[in-house]
Amino acid sequence: MSHNTLLVFEVTILVLAIFLGVEVISKVPALLHTPLMSGTNAIHGIVIVGAMLMLGLPHKGPFEWIVGFVAVVLASANVVGGFVVTDRMLEMFKKRERSPKE
Amino acid sequence: MSTNLSNLLYLITIVTFVLALRFLSSPAHARRGNQIGAVGMLVAIVVTWIKTGGTSWWALTIGMLVGGGFGALAARRVKMTAMPQMVALFNGVGGGAAALISLAELHRILPEPGSPKVDISLAIVLSALIGSISFAGSMIAFAKLQELIGGRPITYAGQQFVNAALFLACVAAGLALVSGAQHEWLLWALAGGAALFGILFVLPIGGADMPVVISLLNAFTGLAAAATGFELQSNVLIVSGMLVGASGTLLTLMMGRAMNRSITNVLFGAFGQVTASAAAVAAGDGGSVRSATAEDVAVMLAYAHKVVFVPGYGLAVAQAQHDVRQLADLLEGKGVEVSYAIHPVAGRMPGHMNVLLAEANVPYPQLKEMDEANPEFSRTDVAVVVGANDVVNPDARSNQGSPIYGMPILNVDEANAVVVLKRSMNPGFAGIENPLFYNPKTVMLFGDAKASVDQLIADVKNL
Repeated sequence: MSHNTLLVFEVTILVLAIFLGVEVISKVPALLHTPLMSGTNAIHGIVIVGAMLMLGLPHKGPFEWIVGFVAVVLASANVVGGFVVTDRMLEMFKKRERSPKE
Repeated sequence: MSTNLSNLLYLITIVTFVLALRFLSSPAHARRGNQIGAVGMLVAIVVTWIKTGGTSWWALTIGMLVGGGFGALAARRVKMTAMPQMVALFNGVGGGAAALISLAELHRILPEPGSPKVDISLAIVLSALIGSISFAGSMIAFAKLQELIGGRPITYAGQQFVNAALFLACVAAGLALVSGAQHEWLLWALAGGAALFGILFVLPIGGADMPVVISLLNAFTGLAAAATGFELQSNVLIVSGMLVGASGTLLTLMMGRAMNRSITNVLFGAFGQVTASAAAVAAGDGGSVRSATAEDVAVMLAYAHKVVFVPGYGLAVAQAQHDVRQLADLLEGKGVEVSYAIHPVAGRMPGHMNVLLAEANVPYPQLKEMDEANPEFSRTDVAVVVGANDVVNPDARSNQGSPIYGMPILNVDEANAVVVLKRSMNPGFAGIENPLFYNPKTVMLFGDAKASVDQLIADVKNL
């Protein structure tokens, strides 16, 4: 695929993702705003893919090496911390569902 | 692994992320949604790992163990009250990662013959710019919420001008790079300037507005990730980053709406300054503050028909949710009708208080959202405000000079009597005076919320 064909394709999925992102959370209740923010925070941890690709380059100088490594550390913290914090928040809601029956 | 196969596997990741967002929008499936997202992330990491073909595998392992270990430990250890700053911290490091990748990518492609393609250099510039703003801004938000620096807005003359000039300088550096200037230092200057801009941008915003700011920076990091996707021509980064960018922006607007504040007002209003007019009005209201002993309050509560608890951030800090529930149970045992009025932004983030009270197993039907709770106050004997301040400030209803004028509040001043549990007369998180405390119907019970509630429990038992 030529560079420009690929670019047009990328822009297409970018625009579709905008609509999808807005549509998919359009009906979230206020009480879930915080967990949702935390959940999306975990999802942008996907930059870890970019960081891994950088550190995993076959022929890289010391600069790419160091910066790639730091990026992997930061992105991993984003991924793991993001999902764990969200899970801890949502753990509370599970109890809440049970409570009316108590 | 062929590019086609890896892209197909990345598509699985994208689908799980969409499902995760969908499920996170409903209380019943939210936790499942988050778990689905985590599985999708794991798929992406494994696929990327295989793609690198074992190059520097040990560095990858160490990096992921260090970062992941820190993330897991910090997220496990943090108290529920400190969740907002954790989100800020993890958001910031994500933005930092995106900015670093763009620095490394420019360094890698510059020695290649010919100037880089315009779209690639544009993506590099954008991810360095947005990622750096998000990184530095999130760190300031973290420091403010963690109370490493004051929560009050920090302002000086010409602030907006300095910020605008700095931002324009960054944009100029970016334009130079996109139009073919092949100087790496330009990108470094841009990233540094953007980081400084992020700091200056968040500093003047008051602590009470931090959740909205974190949500906005969260959307920024998503955009930076999408830009990184254009740099590295990775679909999964483009789609996932943009999903977060779009949904995060919408979420920011919804949070603003829950506080009845426009986003421009939050970002540029330097909210929470003790403005001369608001301070003057508070002083004019004057009046004296009545303080009571726990015994007096215990009598009021035990002989009331209807008591409404209004929890706020003070309850969260003192970890008093379990004690408040005990007191409520005790009162119910005496035939008092008890409920909880929850303001949408009570605590430090929307929904924060629901999470804390759920942790204390407060029965769901007793939790009243604001629209349901407000008509009830006129029939309420005693409203007990536990560590809340701005969400019960009548100035939001009546004083046009107040910085929070127009914010929907809980009308506790309509109750027959109001008891305010508070540590001291210090103004709240937003740093503004509250005339409720000077209302003749109000009595103050000073002290740590947990200690005060425990004292109330003992005194009610002794009646």
